[in-house]
Amino acid sequence: MASKASRQFPYTPVKALVFLTCLIPLALIGWGIQSGNLGPDPGQTITEALGIAAFQFLLITLLISPLRKITGWAGWLRFRRMLGLYAFFYAALHVLAFLQFILGWFDLWATFTKRPYIIAGGLAFLLMAPLAATSTRGMMKRMGRGWKPLHRLIYSSALLAWVHFLWQARSDVTEMMIYGLVLAVLLGARVYWSGFSTLIPLRRA
Amino acid sequence: MLIKRRPSWALSESEVTPESVYLNRRKFMAGTMASAAALTMPGLLRAEEGGIPGDSLQYKAMPAFSTDEKKAPYPAITSYNNFYEFGTDKGDPARYADAMSVDPWSVSVEGECAKTGAYALEDLLKPHQYQERIYRLRCVEAWSMVIPWVGVPLAEVLASLEPTSKAKYVYFETLHDPDQMRGQRSMFSVIDWPYREGLRMDEAMNELSFLAIGLYGKTLPNQNGAPIRLVVPWKYGFKSIKSIVRIRFMEERPKTSWEMIAPEEYGFYANVNPEVDHPRWSQKRERRLPSGLLSPNWIETVKFNGYGEQVAHLYKGMDLSRYY
Repeated sequence: MASKASRQFPYTPVKALVFLTCLIPLALIGWGIQSGNLGPDPGQTITEALGIAAFQFLLITLLISPLRKITGWAGWLRFRRMLGLYAFFYAALHVLAFLQFILGWFDLWATFTKRPYIIAGGLAFLLMAPLAATSTRGMMKRMGRGWKPLHRLIYSSALLAWVHFLWQARSDVTEMMIYGLVLAVLLGARVYWSGFSTLIPLRRA
Repeated sequence: MLIKRRPSWALSESEVTPESVYLNRRKFMAGTMASAAALTMPGLLRAEEGGIPGDSLQYKAMPAFSTDEKKAPYPAITSYNNFYEFGTDKGDPARYADAMSVDPWSVSVEGECAKTGAYALEDLLKPHQYQERIYRLRCVEAWSMVIPWVGVPLAEVLASLEPTSKAKYVYFETLHDPDQMRGQRSMFSVIDWPYREGLRMDEAMNELSFLAIGLYGKTLPNQNGAPIRLVVPWKYGFKSIKSIVRIRFMEERPKTSWEMIAPEEYGFYANVNPEVDHPRWSQKRERRLPSGLLSPNWIETVKFNGYGEQVAHLYKGMDLSRYY
């Protein structure tokens, strides 16, 4: 039934539209650079914007399964890989921007061993890498039943990304609490529907 | 207050367009894209068109207390602020600080001194001549700017209040008024308002400690701590408390805001020190702002922010990795 629905859906143009929409955060940054309105510390502004974009895409990716469940329309799944890859894309740019603009490639060892918020962020990013690498149709086929449990690493990645965000707060955590609530609802929905076992990655279902 | 009001079209010497803005204009004339971009910054435009906002101040330049490093342009200093009373984003103070009314302004003087009482700001400042001092400001977040302040030496003001022999510390408080300060209305702020700071008496009486009322020759914009703020250039920026409404001389060391929030991260002394890292990041270097995108402008951080000659003796024999 789901396949029938997706056949009727004007799949390619909509997907192209979503693809372009996902580039908006990058376009805004580009516009900011071009118009010089990123303030006196553009590197910091860009790094933060990229990090927020990566986290937001993680959350949007996590929204797909619940959307399918609620609407009963499997077509949502068609966008999940792209959204997940965008999360990885923005996370990779965020890491590069951090290394270049914030760190200046200095003090790397101390930064990645001694600073808990960096460790959390680094782990969140590292956990995304195998998911990006195994996101192709070919890899899905090759991995078979192992694919799904591996891709549950996104739960850990999103939680670590949130911790990474929270640990940078200096005093006001309002924004972090809002994101935390969204994440809690998204993960909570999975617990509600399928029990705690779904949240455990790498467990053979 | 010795504020000379002048019509908005009259330029004072302190209003000379900063070099970077001037150069931008020249580039703009040449029609380059980059400068056209820079000109779309609202702050920069304002500085070009009407000069720097605020009332002009009469002051004496103090080269002995000034660095000759390149000053941060006015728009950078006034658009990139940590003033959590108005929000935690660097742009929030510039956006929202207009809601604060700074005239009239009263400062309550309390504790171990002869001249306690509520002072109108004018009365507190009246006997003193204004000075301009160009100081480095090093934020605990590892960025820094060079800022031309106008104000009076803190020591002069404190001395005129006649502290008693029991005054070992001086404590300051920022205005607490959630109606005017939207950051104080936030539900998830961990700051226990009002914002509090303090100095040991000998630190406060040091010749570098300064009460600023102006910036680039004009009265302070609200986001920079109008109408009166502390500037202690050898300490991290958060010690330089803004919009002061209370000065209290104390025998006991006061609790300060950041120390109350995270004592393992922020100490009472908060001296700039590249040898003592913040638990979450390195303090060895700093980015001098404004920073270009492709040249992050890293410079080495110097102990006491380069003011060791004036202040190092205050900490003789102290373990600064313990008293950070």
